[in-house]
Amino acid sequence: MSGAVVDVDEKRCKGCGICLTLCPRRVFNPDERGKVKVSRPERCTGCLICDNLCPDLAITVHRAKEGREGGRVRPPAV
Amino acid sequence: MQEVLEEYLRQDMMPHMWCAGCGNGIVLHSLIRALHDLALEKEKVVVVAGIGCAGRAAGYLNLDTLHSTHGRALAFATGVKLANPDLTVVVLMGDGDATAIGGNHLIHAARRDIDLTAIVFNNSIYGMTGGQQSPLTPQKSIATTAPGGTTQRPFDLPQLARGAGAGFVGRSTTFHHQLMTRLIGDGITHPGFALVEAITYCPTAFGRQNKMGSPVEGLRWQRDHFVEINKFLSLPEEDKKGKEPMGQFHPAKGPAWPH
Repeated sequence: MSGAVVDVDEKRCKGCGICLTLCPRRVFNPDERGKVKVSRPERCTGCLICDNLCPDLAITVHRAKEGREGGRVRPPAV
Repeated sequence: MQEVLEEYLRQDMMPHMWCAGCGNGIVLHSLIRALHDLALEKEKVVVVAGIGCAGRAAGYLNLDTLHSTHGRALAFATGVKLANPDLTVVVLMGDGDATAIGGNHLIHAARRDIDLTAIVFNNSIYGMTGGQQSPLTPQKSIATTAPGGTTQRPFDLPQLARGAGAGFVGRSTTFHHQLMTRLIGDGITHPGFALVEAITYCPTAFGRQNKMGSPVEGLRWQRDHFVEINKFLSLPEEDKKGKEPMGQFHPAKGPAWPH
C-alpha cells in the first residue's frame, strides 16, 4: 500500500541524481536521456526527501488518499 | 498545495539556469516555503538580489523583485525599505557578492539594523565566473585563483554580521532544509536586520576542482560536516575538528531603534 503519489516534471529535471540516490525506496530510475522517471510509484511512502531536495523544483509528492487533487504533502515544522 | 509552490514561481522563467545539482534551487524552495508559511501578502513582499548565480534567484520568484548591481543589493534594499517601511524586504546574495564586493554594505546594513532579511547563498566559490576563490572559500580548498589551495581563512559570516550589529543570525545547509526554512521565516519575522547563511553546494565550479564529487556527495558532506549549535557546543574538543556549527547562533536581540 503506497502512501503517496509522486510526479516528476520532465521539462525541469536536469538529471542531477539526487532523488535517484537518496530515495530510500528506489522509486526512481533514469531514462535514456539521464532524466528521472518514476518507475515504481507504488513504493513511494511520501517521505518528501526528493520533493524537498530537488534543486530543479521538478518533483511533487501528493497525498495518496485524495490523489493529486488532495494536494501536496507538507513537511512537518521543525 | 502544489499550486502554492507554483504560484511563487515565474513559469515562463522555468526551468532555471542553475547547473544540474546546484543547491541554489533548494534554497529557493526553502524561501518559498517560509514565505508561504508566514502568509504574507504577496504585494507587500519585495525580493532584492545582487549579481551572480544566487542573484538570479529573484528572477524566478513571482513577486516584486529587483535585480540590482554587484554587491549593492543591500543598498538598494535599504532604499526600498526606507521608501515604504510597510514592505517585507528579502535580500538574496551570493558569498562573494555579500562579503567581498558588497562587504562594506553588509557590515553597515547590519550596523544600521534596518528591518531587512539577508540570505547569503554560500557556495564557497565564485561560480558564474569560473571558480575563483571568495572570502568564504574554506581554507586549503582549491580554486581557479588558488590552484595550490587557498591559504587564507574564510569569514565566519554569522559572527561577522553579529559583530557588526545584526539582531538575528543563523546558518543552515541545503541538506538541512527544514532548519533553513525555519531560520528564513524567523529572520523575516525579526524586526531588525537578519542574516541567514545558506550553505549550498556548487558541483560545477567548487566540487569539480576539489574532487568532492556529485551533488549527492555535496549533500552528504553537509550532513556530516554541520552540527546544530547546541549539540556542537556540547561536543568534546577532539570531536569538534572538521565540524562546523549551524542553527541560530545567538538569541535574537531587538532592533537598535524602534521600527
